[in-house]
Amino acid sequence: MFEQIFDTALFDSATRAMIPILLAALGGMICERAGVFQIALEGIMLAGAFAAVAGSYLALNSGVGVMFGVAAGMLISLALAYGTVTRKGDSIVLGIALNLLAMGLTGFLLPQLFDVRGVFQHARIDGLDRIAIPGLSQIPWVGPVLFDNTILTYVALLLVPALWVFLFRTPIGLRLRGVGERPLAAETLGVSPTVYKYGAVLTSGALAGMAGAQLSLGNVVQFAENMSSGRGWVAVVAVMLGRAHPAGVLAAAALFALAEALGFRFQGNGLPVQVTDALPFVVTLIALIAARKRFARLLDLTTSA
Amino acid sequence: MTFELELRGITKRYPGVLANDAVDLAVHPAEIHAIVGENGAGKTTLMSLLYGLFPPDEGEIFIRGEPVRFDSALDAIAAGLGMVHQSFKLFPTLNVADNVVFRQEPTRRGLIDRAAGAARVKDLAERYGLAVDPEAAVEDLPVGVLQRVEILKALYRDAQVLILDEPTAVLTPQERDQLFEVIRRLREAGRTILFITHKLGEVMAISDRVTVLRRGRAVAHLTTSETDPAEITMHMTGRAVDLDRRAPEHQSDQVVLEVGNLTVLGGHGRPVVEEADFEVRSGEIVGIAGVAGNGQSELIEALCGLRETDAGTVTLSGRDITHADVTERRRAGLAYIPEDRYGVGTTRQASVAANLMMGHHRRPGIQNKGWLDRGAVAALARRLVEVFGIKVASVSGPVETLSGGNLQKVVVSREMEHQTPLLIAEQPTRGLDIGAIEFVHGQLIEYRDRGGAVLLVSAELSEILALSTRILVMFEGHIVACLDPRKVAEPEIGLYMTGSHLENQVA
Repeated sequence: MFEQIFDTALFDSATRAMIPILLAALGGMICERAGVFQIALEGIMLAGAFAAVAGSYLALNSGVGVMFGVAAGMLISLALAYGTVTRKGDSIVLGIALNLLAMGLTGFLLPQLFDVRGVFQHARIDGLDRIAIPGLSQIPWVGPVLFDNTILTYVALLLVPALWVFLFRTPIGLRLRGVGERPLAAETLGVSPTVYKYGAVLTSGALAGMAGAQLSLGNVVQFAENMSSGRGWVAVVAVMLGRAHPAGVLAAAALFALAEALGFRFQGNGLPVQVTDALPFVVTLIALIAARKRFARLLDLTTSA
Repeated sequence: MTFELELRGITKRYPGVLANDAVDLAVHPAEIHAIVGENGAGKTTLMSLLYGLFPPDEGEIFIRGEPVRFDSALDAIAAGLGMVHQSFKLFPTLNVADNVVFRQEPTRRGLIDRAAGAARVKDLAERYGLAVDPEAAVEDLPVGVLQRVEILKALYRDAQVLILDEPTAVLTPQERDQLFEVIRRLREAGRTILFITHKLGEVMAISDRVTVLRRGRAVAHLTTSETDPAEITMHMTGRAVDLDRRAPEHQSDQVVLEVGNLTVLGGHGRPVVEEADFEVRSGEIVGIAGVAGNGQSELIEALCGLRETDAGTVTLSGRDITHADVTERRRAGLAYIPEDRYGVGTTRQASVAANLMMGHHRRPGIQNKGWLDRGAVAALARRLVEVFGIKVASVSGPVETLSGGNLQKVVVSREMEHQTPLLIAEQPTRGLDIGAIEFVHGQLIEYRDRGGAVLLVSAELSEILALSTRILVMFEGHIVACLDPRKVAEPEIGLYMTGSHLENQVA
């Protein structure tokens, strides 16, 4: 029974499910560190997925598609940065509005531009190729799961250690964390919170846009209405659960992806779709509640010390 | 001789206010220069102008004879100025070294060189006697150490002139003495210190020269060794003031408040007040001293009915009020001047009259069959405004437009008006200037002289010493000492406040 479920195919589908969540969550993590609550990941991911398909369709090139996805993500996040940083608006209200905007806009543009409803598939859309890394991809089990994937998969995985070093070992990372914690203190030392917050929000837009491109050009080659289907929200939770640390965020994203992959597998085994679709979110809930307990215990320890 | 720092004719206008009026200030190299004045005298504005936070409307700044213009604090830092703000500007989750090197991080191949940063911090710390561990997380450090981190930040940026804004406000006497030691060492090393304060004892103890500000003007430039507190006070207030009044006490044996083995539990079921046992008699002021956060607030909240009592008894004028609610307690004869006059003491958007009426709203005459008598409310308000000299344009205007001192007068007058046997005053003069402090102290003494019992909580030792008949010291939820203010000196109280008396007992 166990071996029937946990096989290479499961981990392969888990990796594919993880990459969009991971990319978006890493972006959310940077925002969190800069003191901006990034809750628009879902909408940015969806807009990125749409723009990536559109770009790839127009240029017949997946690279252009990814760039379109990144650009769309940055455009939406620019609105978020302007609203929350420059105009000092509420990031939650604005984030929700942008999520709704992305859903409505992609739903509107789909029939307008491509004359289809629901799902857009076309031979002109160039998908991202799987690039097998010579040598590494030959490793049994791990090789085909991790080292025979799209370029964005490698980007996401490499970003984990890169952002770790960036946040905790570089001057810019230190200043970013300082801005997030005490913007006024940072300002008195000549570090502009505005600049750092804009940088963080735009970066998260680029990463969540990239996540969308992986979704619509990597995992599948098509755009479907509302195809992000909650992954952006899961990414928001992954940031919290992973305590805005690259390793924590990776672990949280992996956990949710595994739940999603298991859901698919159980679906194949005859469980109702509604139940299996709910699985990642059930895991999210449980993880949040469990983490809450851990935080409480941690708080208890620090205050009684 | 060139001055290290010179301000000439500095003027700053705000709509309707002249915050700084042609202020001159000359500071010699390697001197400790105190800048004193009441709140609102323009000290903070002057320092903000000097530090480049905003430009002056008129006037010039010279550093070592060179005219300078600062467009931001960064320019000031680059010119060798360093400022330790009253509220610290630190990053709690970062460690000491990261806080100090922030934005001027030593790097190796693009990465922060933490070893070099920590070494530099350690070196500076040792040279000036600023004991601090570079690796410690800032959020775990006590206030006194946080202040050292701020000083280190300035020294790391090579500040030749260090501006300390009310640096002792948050310190225990021991921490204050350590700070003074550091300041003296800095002077020996040739650095110049601007020391902003309104505490005259400190001016006399530490400064070489004094500049007094009053209503935006520099009214006196004095040499400390040639002046005395009375003269400085004269300049600060424009008149003679007597803050040190241990008037004869009308002590009686009539116990008003009796607290028996009172225990209050905080979060996680740990006691924040443990077996507090004391009484307050009519005609006396009992002062509770202690470093903030040692259970004073919880004790007062329990006495006022704002917090559950977990064990012990509270008796007020012979009535057991241990588990009574606030209304019953007030009826039993208790009035309360809360620590937080903005959040607890007043309702900011309500009118002055409404704020003065609060708590009196059940009184016959003010209230009539469930209706408030607006005329009576206004009459009460106008009377209190007049008797207590509260400066307001109109009693129907919102209370939030009042200055801190006037707002406190609203709270004090309202609570005194109850004429209850017991008055609980929590930090009644915090943040007030000398004139307002004098007023509040006078009121408390008058209350005492009329036979009232006063329980006074204050972080200001001088206040406790000046007013109290007896002093209780709280440390970690316990009342660790009951002292006679005539027979005890500040340092001894300080030992109890920091729990050092315990170490002495063991030794």
